[in-house]
Amino acid sequence: MDNKYFEYYDSYDIAVIGAGHAGCEAALAASRLGYKTVIFGINIDSIANMACNPSIGGTAKGQLVREIDALGGEMGRAADLNAIQTKLLNKAKGPAVYSPRAQIDRKRYQMYMKNVLECQENLDLKQAEITRILVEKDESGKQYVTGVQTHLGGIYKCKCAIACTGTYLKGKIIIGDYSRNSGPDGHFPANELSECLAEFGHTIVRFKTGTPPRINGLSVNFDKMEPQYGDEQPFSFSFDEYKSDLEQVPCYLSHTTEETHNIIKANLDRSPLFNGAIEGVGPRYCPSIEDKIVRFADKERHQMFLEPMGSDTQEMYMQGISSSLPEDVQLAFVRTITGLENVSVMRPAYAIEYDAIDARELKLSLESRIVNGLFCAGQINGSSGYEEAAGQGLIAGINASRKLAAKEPVVIDRATAYIGVLIDDLVTRGTKEPYRMMTARSEYRLVLRQDNADARLTQLGYEIGLISQERYDRFRQKMERISNEIIRITETHISPSATVNAYIESLGTAAIKSGNTSLLDLLKRPEITYQDVCIIEDMAHPENNRKELSFREIEQIEITVKYEGYIKRQLSQIDQFKKTEGRALPQDFDYSKIKNISLEAREKLTKIQPETIGQAGRITGVSPADITALLIYFNQNPTGETKK
Amino acid sequence: MMQYYEDTIAAISTMSGGGGIGIIRISGINAIDVADKIFVDTKRAADSVARMSTHTIKYGYIINHETNQILDECLVSLMRAPKSYTKEDVVEINCHGGYAVMHSILALIYKNGARPAEPGEFTKRAFLNGRIALSGAEAVMDLINAKTSEAHKAAISQLSGRLDNELNDICEKLSLCLAQIEVAIDYPEYEMEEDTAQEAMNTLERIEEQLKKMSATYSRGKIIKDGFKVAIAGKPNAGKSSLLNVLYGSDRAIVTNIPGTTRDIIEVNIDVDGIPIIITDTAGLRETQDIVEKIGVDRSYIAISDSDLILYVIDAQGNTEEEKELLFEISQRYNVPIMTIINKTDLIDKKRETELFEVFSQYEPIMISILSNQGIEEIFNRLRRIFTEKGVYMNTENIITNERHKKLLDSSIEAITKAKESYKNNMPIDCISYDIWECGKYLEKITGKSIEADVVETIFSQFCLGK
Repeated sequence: MDNKYFEYYDSYDIAVIGAGHAGCEAALAASRLGYKTVIFGINIDSIANMACNPSIGGTAKGQLVREIDALGGEMGRAADLNAIQTKLLNKAKGPAVYSPRAQIDRKRYQMYMKNVLECQENLDLKQAEITRILVEKDESGKQYVTGVQTHLGGIYKCKCAIACTGTYLKGKIIIGDYSRNSGPDGHFPANELSECLAEFGHTIVRFKTGTPPRINGLSVNFDKMEPQYGDEQPFSFSFDEYKSDLEQVPCYLSHTTEETHNIIKANLDRSPLFNGAIEGVGPRYCPSIEDKIVRFADKERHQMFLEPMGSDTQEMYMQGISSSLPEDVQLAFVRTITGLENVSVMRPAYAIEYDAIDARELKLSLESRIVNGLFCAGQINGSSGYEEAAGQGLIAGINASRKLAAKEPVVIDRATAYIGVLIDDLVTRGTKEPYRMMTARSEYRLVLRQDNADARLTQLGYEIGLISQERYDRFRQKMERISNEIIRITETHISPSATVNAYIESLGTAAIKSGNTSLLDLLKRPEITYQDVCIIEDMAHPENNRKELSFREIEQIEITVKYEGYIKRQLSQIDQFKKTEGRALPQDFDYSKIKNISLEAREKLTKIQPETIGQAGRITGVSPADITALLIYFNQNPTGETKK
Repeated sequence: MMQYYEDTIAAISTMSGGGGIGIIRISGINAIDVADKIFVDTKRAADSVARMSTHTIKYGYIINHETNQILDECLVSLMRAPKSYTKEDVVEINCHGGYAVMHSILALIYKNGARPAEPGEFTKRAFLNGRIALSGAEAVMDLINAKTSEAHKAAISQLSGRLDNELNDICEKLSLCLAQIEVAIDYPEYEMEEDTAQEAMNTLERIEEQLKKMSATYSRGKIIKDGFKVAIAGKPNAGKSSLLNVLYGSDRAIVTNIPGTTRDIIEVNIDVDGIPIIITDTAGLRETQDIVEKIGVDRSYIAISDSDLILYVIDAQGNTEEEKELLFEISQRYNVPIMTIINKTDLIDKKRETELFEVFSQYEPIMISILSNQGIEEIFNRLRRIFTEKGVYMNTENIITNERHKKLLDSSIEAITKAKESYKNNMPIDCISYDIWECGKYLEKITGKSIEADVVETIFSQFCLGK
């Protein structure tokens, strides 16, 4: 061995590269499943850093956090314990899209997560940049992971590596004409690792994302803004309902002005987004303020939310105003926003470019199809968002562990969880821009709700080994209480007495006529809540001994009963889906053997190697006619006859 | 074992039993090879199909090399993949159309490496190879079975993708509508300018109207495709068979003056303004001890119940009371419109004619004499009136002729109905968006964008052989 390198005195089962939201979940899952794990962060003072919004959850993302929690991940608990405001979004738009969101004390969240990693058995936390993943070739010529190497020459032997590199891979920040190689928030970039991935044969793509300025809250005139408070009734992401003891604070809503737009328009030629200095592809759904002003030219003003960065700092985040304009332009337009006339900017907005891989080169287990034992999670796969990263990290950590245990990987399908939709979208379809989770991406969102994430996934989390027996038992009891109560209200009937009907009519719905009306029938009416049902029951049957239920249990009962018709229709759609999803395809199959599929389909199928007929159908460029041809071919040759 | 879609198929492509010329089509990876084994160039024996340029024709003989017997003289045309009907190599042999000739050539082809095509297999391959869409494939089936010019026109319109275009257009509107809702859901913190749900409802309203119009064309489409079924009924010896013959334009049924001559159902097809009409002559309706005639009478009642129109024929000289009773009974028993025809008016006087006209006035009888060829045109006029009322002549862009399409259209309309209901009942917008999504899914099943494997198999098993 070259004496420049040295071998670390310990070897590991699993090495996790990167200590962001994906890396933390991956490392915790792997070590909790009993594998000796090491996690590397370029700067361990910013573990689980929120480089963008100081918030967790929101539409579709809130669902993801609940799912991560149900599978035994850490994010839900971490968010609960460090929340400074919680809110359920979309309350008027239907239960499928109720979306929990929490504002987070960003620094405390990092310290919390660092401590969790430090205290975790089987897990070592180290500060280092990984510059190479070491591989060897097996008899068939396929590469497999043997270790990772740090910038200082340290070699850590391992059997699996999980790359969670975030925006660090060849990271480059851009502010107007200024640019430099850098990770987010002033951290070092990882300049060497993407070359190593390219050498393995992975395709490297370049993405871009951006972040707004941070300002000192003491320089803000809040009187001119609209405060946005959290919900009276705080919620928790986690099943265990952890509560934050931090002071709850509001966010503030304000708007850009005509003057803001004028300044930005006058300086568009200095915007790297428009003058060609930015080559990476940015997310359309999260445009910078200059982009919004160009694309929606007729809009008179745009919204801006001020979000507190924490409880022991005055720094605030300007949600909606991300930019890569030069600092002088930023300083000028920021002061034209209502209430920010005298604002003091602490950190300017910047854009960041970074390398990612084409996730279509991964299996649904998130393992590389090119290098055995290499898993990838988070922004390296083309996603954006903390929650998206954490979901993938958790699955990568689970599947790396299962690989070492010679167990089948855990693949969650689209009808079971947003995590399944996320991974399937990335791996099957790939993405041309940073991928954000949205409820619209799920075909089955009436079933994939935040309220039933535990019902959908706790069993799986328990079987994987990340949900304790104690919690599993409590989960079973909860489910039992819910189903018992639904049976009970189905069987409890109400007679049309004067008091009962007066109450029912006071809710704005028709009085009951016959004694055949059950409590369930009443709950089905949009105007009647479970609480009303309890009041009505007390009027009609004061002798009944009703068990007190928790808020979450009531929520699930209400949704199950009120939307029964829709849920049933969705479930029958899911049955159809499972039929095609259940038809497995051979792996490493040479699709050029099937003559009557299009050339494009042949190439894509050969590249992506879908695991089921259903997955094949979701590949762009594979037509229904191609799928029919596949169905017929594999009916005739169930195994595909010969493998490559 | 040969692989399923890598073998070569052959079949006679022209209608059996007709024509001076017949075409045998061979398609697949070995099509050229097979053709070369049975074809000889008249001038240069060394020339082969393999050496032909694509889309050219060559003259020669079909020969059985084993027996050295020449089966026919023919023209061979070659369409190389992918520019052919199936996108595979296709060879077509234009030979003489006789049954024996064509079948002996076909047998020779099978012997030399092709296998018989399954029903609809050429079109199935065209579909699987991406040359035509699913609704296009279904149109081909209709085209082959088209009996009249109107049916032909409807099928051609569908084949050219006009139905697809209209449906794709609707699906696009649906996704726009969905997109608006999704934006409102996924960006809750941003203020929306319009009332998203109300906006969506307005769009849905318009789409519903369009879908209903399309669905309504099915009553016309069904008639165009399957024909308008007319059953001639009446008492024995009223002249039903004579009426069939005169409507058909030549003698098809045996006509005697012996009551009960027609004992089985006779069916003829005629064409009125391009609309196929299937006329059945039924046994006279009477109590009978004759077991053969009784079966005929039973079948008559089945034919009547299955028809779109009953032509009830009355003998002008017959017993008015009995006729009235039977006519009333039939009108009560079957939910089928009746056209009442009083025949043999040449045998009665004016007074009797007026009397009959009055007795049956509620049925608006047509007075005819088949013998003196009077009043027949009035029957056709009444038929045209019925077609007008049913909108059969209506010239709409797209006509739905396929039952599968009709059912899916109705399901998509039902999904919109549900969306409207939910909106009215204050159900949240995520439920409504589900209805809209479902509506689009049904439409995609017509165009084949959304697929269920068993549906494809069923559709193609209905194809006639050859195409």
